Amino acid sequence: MRTLIFRSVAPYLSSLMILFSIFVLLRGHNEPGGGFIGGLIAASAMAIYGIAFGVSPVRRAIRFHPMALSGFGLFLASVAGILSVFPGVPFLTGLWIYPEVFGVELALSTPLVFDIGVYFVVFGSITSTALALEERERD
Amino acid sequence: METAMAILTGLFFAVSIYLMLSRHIIRILLGVAILSNAVNLTIFTNGRITREVPPIIPEGKAFPVEAVANPLPQALVLTAIVIAFAFFAFLLVLVFRSYQELGTDDTDEMREAEPPNEPAPPLGY
Amino acid sequence: MTFYALFVPFVAAIFAPALTRLFKHNAAWILALAPAGLFLHFLGFVEGVAAGERFTGGVRWLPSFNVNFSWFVDGLSLTFALLISGIGTLIVLYSGGYLKGHRHQGRFFSFILMFMGAMQGLVLSDSFLMLFVFWELTSITSFLLIGFNHAEERSRRSAIQALVVTGLGGLSLLAGLLMIWNITGLSELSLLLASGDLLRDSPFYLAAFVLVLGGCFTKSAQFPLHFWLPNAMEAPTPVSAYLHSATMVKAGVYLLMRLNPAMGDTVPWETVLPVFGGATLIAGTLLAVRQTDLKLMLAYTTMASLGLLVMLTGFGTEKAIEGAILYLVAHSMFKGCLFMVAGNVDHGTGTRDITRLGGLMTAMPLTFGAAILAALSMGGLPPFFGFLAKEEMYYGLASLDPWSLTFLAVAMVGNGLMFAVGFAVAIKPFFGPKVETPEHPHEGPVLLWAGPVVLAVAGLFSALFSSEFHRLISNPMAGAVAGHDADITISVVPHLGTALYLSLATVALGIAFYLGFDRLRSGMAGLLTAIGWGPDRGFDQVIDGIVRLSTVVTRWVQNGRMEYYVTATFILLVLAIFIPMGLADEWPELPEFPTLFFYEWAVILIAALGLLAVVWAKDRLTAIVSLGIQGFAVAVLFMLMGAPDLSFTQFMVETLSVVILALAMTRLRLSPQDPRSWAQFFLDGAIALASGAGFTLLLLAVLATEFNAELTEFFNTYSVQIAHGRNIVNVILVDFRGIDTFGEIAVVMVSGLAILALIRVLPKRRAANAAAPTKEVAEPIQEAG
Repeated sequence: MRTLIFRSVAPYLSSLMILFSIFVLLRGHNEPGGGFIGGLIAASAMAIYGIAFGVSPVRRAIRFHPMALSGFGLFLASVAGILSVFPGVPFLTGLWIYPEVFGVELALSTPLVFDIGVYFVVFGSITSTALALEERERD
Repeated sequence: METAMAILTGLFFAVSIYLMLSRHIIRILLGVAILSNAVNLTIFTNGRITREVPPIIPEGKAFPVEAVANPLPQALVLTAIVIAFAFFAFLLVLVFRSYQELGTDDTDEMREAEPPNEPAPPLGY
Repeated sequence: MTFYALFVPFVAAIFAPALTRLFKHNAAWILALAPAGLFLHFLGFVEGVAAGERFTGGVRWLPSFNVNFSWFVDGLSLTFALLISGIGTLIVLYSGGYLKGHRHQGRFFSFILMFMGAMQGLVLSDSFLMLFVFWELTSITSFLLIGFNHAEERSRRSAIQALVVTGLGGLSLLAGLLMIWNITGLSELSLLLASGDLLRDSPFYLAAFVLVLGGCFTKSAQFPLHFWLPNAMEAPTPVSAYLHSATMVKAGVYLLMRLNPAMGDTVPWETVLPVFGGATLIAGTLLAVRQTDLKLMLAYTTMASLGLLVMLTGFGTEKAIEGAILYLVAHSMFKGCLFMVAGNVDHGTGTRDITRLGGLMTAMPLTFGAAILAALSMGGLPPFFGFLAKEEMYYGLASLDPWSLTFLAVAMVGNGLMFAVGFAVAIKPFFGPKVETPEHPHEGPVLLWAGPVVLAVAGLFSALFSSEFHRLISNPMAGAVAGHDADITISVVPHLGTALYLSLATVALGIAFYLGFDRLRSGMAGLLTAIGWGPDRGFDQVIDGIVRLSTVVTRWVQNGRMEYYVTATFILLVLAIFIPMGLADEWPELPEFPTLFFYEWAVILIAALGLLAVVWAKDRLTAIVSLGIQGFAVAVLFMLMGAPDLSFTQFMVETLSVVILALAMTRLRLSPQDPRSWAQFFLDGAIALASGAGFTLLLLAVLATEFNAELTEFFNTYSVQIAHGRNIVNVILVDFRGIDTFGEIAVVMVSGLAILALIRVLPKRRAANAAAPTKEVAEPIQEAG
């Protein structure tokens, strides 16, 4: 699989996919997309990068262990739920704020945080699996 | 459309069950992968089918303006796909590891947990 | 306050091991504060209860099911609570001395305090469910205590036996209570007591009665379910004194007394209870005579006393009930004391065999004193509390009809035999010439003799101040059992009358039995050897039978061949689809031929071809690629049916599946074919086709019904309004049904962890080779991972 063309294209392909995955994640609430799909796209990016260059560059690139990212995602999702303690509403009730940043109104919400959590869980778990299998490939 | 989907779903089930009845764990694994598709299709078809109109409300509107596809089974199936994949990956690794450990992919020869000719359990306390 | 009191013993149980580690056996002094405090707390109720008040309280637990966690205190439960906490205090102290230096003393304290909490909860429970929970909790703690010396097989057997018998009884009780609940609509004892007629008039009275008796008779060791009680003597002596004489075994009697106003006064009640109670009394005393072990002798007399209590409770006259409650109090005091005496003798000399003991009077004076006082009470001699009990019960039984006369005779013989056994326990080890014992006889420390002495003296003082005792304790208790006010007047001053003559006759009978004790014992031993079989052996046979049966069934059902399991599962699946459909005649209408666009046909065809290619694939790569084809076809189908989210997800998942399949499969050297014999091929094919057809029919039948779009409309309507999202699918996932998604991502993460763990486990063969390259390879290593 380590052909020249593949190895030349893979970094750009992977980074594009990551970028796309974030785009898909953020627009998910209003257009097709969301955390599940975003996470899967990002995980595929990592798998491609891993096939092209081996596992250790991928591990270096994402710095953290993928399962740690997954755990972080679950943590984020629970934070999104627990935030509803403060206004005293049931667990996981959606809360919205609209701060203005540079004159643009941003819609921030706990469902968004939750969706980012989903993204990380899916991304982390599947990347971890793919990398683990690729690693065995070479031993 | 729904009738066609029902028949296709039946075919998915038939193929997956045929594969799962094999004695070889790789076939069983393929069967499980297809089974998840079969189940997803069942859930999806049960929610009735609307062609080509995704359940997305146009900008500025409060309700869908035309008849859209049923969002509920889509939401159910979406998570099911991801979970089925996670499960499939787990099974794959399990198959892989058990092949490494036992050196066979024939379920008849995998008798670690229930070895043949096991002695009767002891009586008493 | 009382509500928190329910938890005090459990809290003490939590701290017991740590305290014991710090203070060794002296932790008993600290731990005894818990029951002592409870005792004082309950003493505070005495005046109020004597004045006719009832105290209730609690919290609503499941209001929608009318289930409350509620307690109530009246004369009956108060007396029990006082006995439990009072004797409990003494027992905790006693265990401090008895198990001094035992390496699991902390655990023992913990168990016994837990039991105390359970028992206290049982007698204070108002709601049925709470009663049942505490009832089972006493069975479980009793199991733990009997099996305390779990290294010995006999202990384990006894523990299991007690748990099985009382546990089954508990289930029967649960059924009975639910039945009463169903009949009356009441789930609380305090309310039930006032509505007894509702229960008695119900056609289901008899069923409820039998079920409740199942619970009471197992717990209170009534013949022929008595066999677990003597075996329970495997437990350390404090347990025997506390659980198996003073408190737990009285739970059955407690419940009978409690239900007497609601269920009593009927023909079954007044027949079954006296008959079984009387049989238990006679069987218990006869079996007691046969024993030589002090504890076993006491155990069988305990069984006999329980029989006596049940008999009196069910006899129906007011005096009999009064006799029962007096005897219950007396028995708790003297029997608890005698058990502790037996423990002291065992502790001081190293043996409990009555034929190997003698002349301990000078070596163990305090123990001897307590033993004599308790035996006098047990024998029913004045001026002890046992005397009051016996007088009162004879007043209750004495009547001239044959039914009463029979039970009078039974009571007299039983009491006479108990008199003999009591004095045998109290006198034989202490009088006579000194006998060589395994250890040099000596009196134990204060922790050991405090308990028996206090109980023995209590038996004396309660009788001397009987009028006050009756006013505060006996009358409210008898009132609660009888259902109306009671007035007990009996005192230690003997009154000439029938009861006194009967008492004298009993004592004479007892002395006669005592003198002929050895002959009686050998006679009983001969008789029992001649019978041979008993319920105790029967228990073993039943348990062995269950093990054998389950072995056979397991071998048959679970033969270790996965193919067999899978085939059976899918055959069942086919039957589960077709049989109900056929029975209800719900075959779907033949649908019209679907009209599709040509591209839809094309995608469906591709999916079908992909599927068939997976089945017929001759090599690995083809199989993987075909799997991908059917997956992508499904993704396209989702796209065509207005589900872009699903479609993307499916695309990504199928891609990743193919990638990881390819990664893993290239490592496996597999035979490409799927070898099945022709018979196998046809069977598997038939099952597969049948289930496929079944699902299609099922789906068609569902599709023919009208679609309930309520939920869909809800989501469509509120997606923007409430959740501010235009992609309804995503809104459902992250907002409306966020908690589902939360669980699902947790599953994804756990499976990721599991995969990682599975891959990281060192392959066994390699590990084994590294460790010992010769032998272990063939043998499975259990600890892998």
